[in-house]
Amino acid sequence: MTDHESWLIRGVTIAGSDARTSILLDGGAVTGIGPDLDHPGARILDADGLIALPGLVDLHTHLREPGREDAETVQTGTAAAALGGFTAVHAMANTDPVADTAGVVEQVWRLGRAAGHCDVQPVGAVTVGLNGTRLAELGTMADSAARVRVFSDDGRCVADPLLMRRALEYVKAFDGVIAQHAQDPRLTEGAQLNEGEMSARLGLAGWPAVAEEGIIARDCLLAAHVGSALHICHVSTAGSAEIIRWAKSKGWPVTAEVTPHHLLLTDELADGYDPVFKVNPPLRTADDVAELRRALADGTIDCVATDHAPHPVEAKETEWSEAAFGMTGLETALRVVQRAMVDTGLLDWAGVADRMSVRPARIGRLTGHGVPLGPGAPGHLTLYDPAAPATVVTPDGASKSRNTPFAGLELPGRVVATFLRGVPTVLDGKLT
Amino acid sequence: MKRHLISAGDLSRADALLILDTAEELAGLADRPIKKLPTLRGRTVVNLFYEDSTRTRISFEAAAKRLSADVINFSAKGSSVAKGESLKDTALTLEAMGADAVVIRHGASGAAHRLAHWVRGSVLNAGDGTHEHPTQALLDAFTIRRRLRGDNPRGAGLDGLRVTIVGDVLHSRVARSNVLLLSTLGAEVTLAAPPTLLPLAVGSWPCAVSYDLDSELAKSDVVMMLRVQQERMTAAYFPSVREYSRRYGLDAERMARLPGHAIVMHPGPMNRGVEIAAEVADSVRSTIVEQVANGVTTRMAVLYLLLGGTEFPATGEA
Amino acid sequence: MCAASSPVAGRDGLAVLDAEEIRRALTRIAHEILERTRGGDGVILLGIPTRGVPLARRLAARIGEFEGLDVPCGSLDVTMHRDDLRLHPARALGRTELPGGGIDGKTVVLVDDVLYSGRTVRAALDALNDLGRPRSVQLAVLVDRGHRELPIRADYVGKNLPTSQREVVHVLLAEVDGQDGVTISDDGRQP
Repeated sequence: MTDHESWLIRGVTIAGSDARTSILLDGGAVTGIGPDLDHPGARILDADGLIALPGLVDLHTHLREPGREDAETVQTGTAAAALGGFTAVHAMANTDPVADTAGVVEQVWRLGRAAGHCDVQPVGAVTVGLNGTRLAELGTMADSAARVRVFSDDGRCVADPLLMRRALEYVKAFDGVIAQHAQDPRLTEGAQLNEGEMSARLGLAGWPAVAEEGIIARDCLLAAHVGSALHICHVSTAGSAEIIRWAKSKGWPVTAEVTPHHLLLTDELADGYDPVFKVNPPLRTADDVAELRRALADGTIDCVATDHAPHPVEAKETEWSEAAFGMTGLETALRVVQRAMVDTGLLDWAGVADRMSVRPARIGRLTGHGVPLGPGAPGHLTLYDPAAPATVVTPDGASKSRNTPFAGLELPGRVVATFLRGVPTVLDGKLT
Repeated sequence: MKRHLISAGDLSRADALLILDTAEELAGLADRPIKKLPTLRGRTVVNLFYEDSTRTRISFEAAAKRLSADVINFSAKGSSVAKGESLKDTALTLEAMGADAVVIRHGASGAAHRLAHWVRGSVLNAGDGTHEHPTQALLDAFTIRRRLRGDNPRGAGLDGLRVTIVGDVLHSRVARSNVLLLSTLGAEVTLAAPPTLLPLAVGSWPCAVSYDLDSELAKSDVVMMLRVQQERMTAAYFPSVREYSRRYGLDAERMARLPGHAIVMHPGPMNRGVEIAAEVADSVRSTIVEQVANGVTTRMAVLYLLLGGTEFPATGEA
Repeated sequence: MCAASSPVAGRDGLAVLDAEEIRRALTRIAHEILERTRGGDGVILLGIPTRGVPLARRLAARIGEFEGLDVPCGSLDVTMHRDDLRLHPARALGRTELPGGGIDGKTVVLVDDVLYSGRTVRAALDALNDLGRPRSVQLAVLVDRGHRELPIRADYVGKNLPTSQREVVHVLLAEVDGQDGVTISDDGRQP
């Protein structure tokens, strides 16, 4: 890899436009876009039939390192991300040790740079040890080499309303944002599955929608009250989407994300008790899926974030109540979004670019990413073939873990290439 | 092809009647000098009990032995399971031992389903978490039929009989299996409980719901009492044992308001004085003792139908 | 035992016994039983389901007519003792109903419609073994079609019917089938 490697991507369609064109990547940036570009010495990539998106940005990933390297490492997780078309991922803080100090976030940041598959932006914990009682050193993490701007106790809820208020206020000093994992702990003690007909029939403790919605409503009001940015992780219910829509209608600084699996799968899959479908927040009903799709389409939900949660085999090959919560998702995200949103006519490719690159980068305050493709833009882009023949998903991939809920499902599309700063991390669907 | 018995919902009406009628034929065995049939000779039945339940385990053991099967008892205490062996590894061990059937009692809902993925033999669910306990429902149906459908109940369902199930339905695998099986057999089921002990989605179940036990008594042919655990009080399901007992306990005064032919049932073990008064448990209406004997008979029928031939017979219904 | 006790749809087999001949055969057997058991002393008739049961009842009725004797009558289901259980899906059980006095010390006369391989009777002997200790066991059948696979013979036979193993013997009885008759058809199965 040299700094002077340049690429001419020919015959591509930029998301949002209809015309075939060419993109020239040189010196780490997009230096030209046009139908008849030429550049001597540039490597040619024939992108006939492909769509170009600005490099995808994931606001919510679990890379598990440090501490759970049996499930995933920064190396394997970012490789999976690149194969999914991502050029940047936000690594959640629930590692071991927890990312609640500058030391840990800088470690994760450096591991990301060393691996080189995509940019890793560490997320800092809101509270020390994720224990919800004392604020972590948010300012120090913001000032560190990792330049943390997104803070989350994801995995746990910041349940104490006073602490949540303080956190929201505190991060205003450095344009930070608190990303809440909305789960009232008292309403979800021992909960296993969405509270509804399935949980009643299967004899699994129910996880009521109100446990998520109540916290979201409270935090939207808090964010408005103190004038600070709030981001809601993995929205999973129709009620949550409605509350967020209401909050936005008031002009309050609230943003939200939804996972690919919540756009496609329902709690009926729990029939048979296969823990690959066990996730936090749980899969909900078809009505919830429909409303989440609508909300993503109209922008009430700002972006898709994978919540990629790898787990070793023994954590999933057991009784449901013993199994870990979580699903992988980096490698299949764009294909699931195509199936759930584009092929259903709810979102066009310009919309996909917005929800999977532009807005997540903006919410994460991630400079250099999520910039629409144009001359002078950073050389982060994803080439996707929406017309690739549908294939059945298998659990094998770059991720160390195999807990994908889409195994056996046919999904359309294929990520063909991913470019990070003008250099390919993925070519022809394979890591470079 | 029915290889397992995991949920009462898997049984069609014809399947359920076949099991009950087979049990009728086997009931006479208990009175014979030689209480044995050679039918399952050479078959191995493993009792895999993760929860302490002497009563159910002995019942399955007796049923298997009366059919001449070899029985291996595997209880979680003091075994490799207590040392942290996973359900899957235990299942693979049983496979290697050549188990034709595994009877599993486990604290996690869905354990029987999971086990069925890992063993080639038949899986009989003896109670998984708060999900189901199908052989309990079968022996309950058998008991009801014998008491209320005359001397020769062969071929008869429970059509038109009104059964009231009282107690902690939310956490009861016995309730779930009974609601499914009793309604399959044509009974009208009503659940009587405080709202906190009913699943939110109970409206989609094939039964009626009442918060008031007293209003159900005069119309019940069968009252089935569920055990209420004291621990539910600390989780705020009801304010006190005293109030629960006052509103939902079956005492002598309530029993007197039942129709003359009505019977009182309890899957055991009982909390005498909480959900059921001592004099009710010991009354002639109570089927609690015969439920135990009927348990062996019904389980013999299930074991025979699953293991006696190549497969559970097709009954022509979906 | 021949498996086809229900008529083959749409095929009229060759009639071998009609209702009148069945009646005469049962009368003869009833007399033979009385002769050979010193007037029916200590005799119990146990029919093997399905059609052995009405046959046993008819024999008991005839003995009652001739001698004024009340011969205890019951049924003995042999399904659980069959040697071919593992070859088919589990079978539904028939009724076992022993008369009040039990079988200890009695002369048990097993009654069945067709005697073929002898395996049903062997199963019946095993079943009896677990129920008590009869003084002796005898066998009455309406039809003996040959092809014994075990050393078993009938004491009383309604009709000897040489058959090939390709053929199927159908016994019809009014109590079960609405009419009386025995027919043979060739259903083309290999034995």
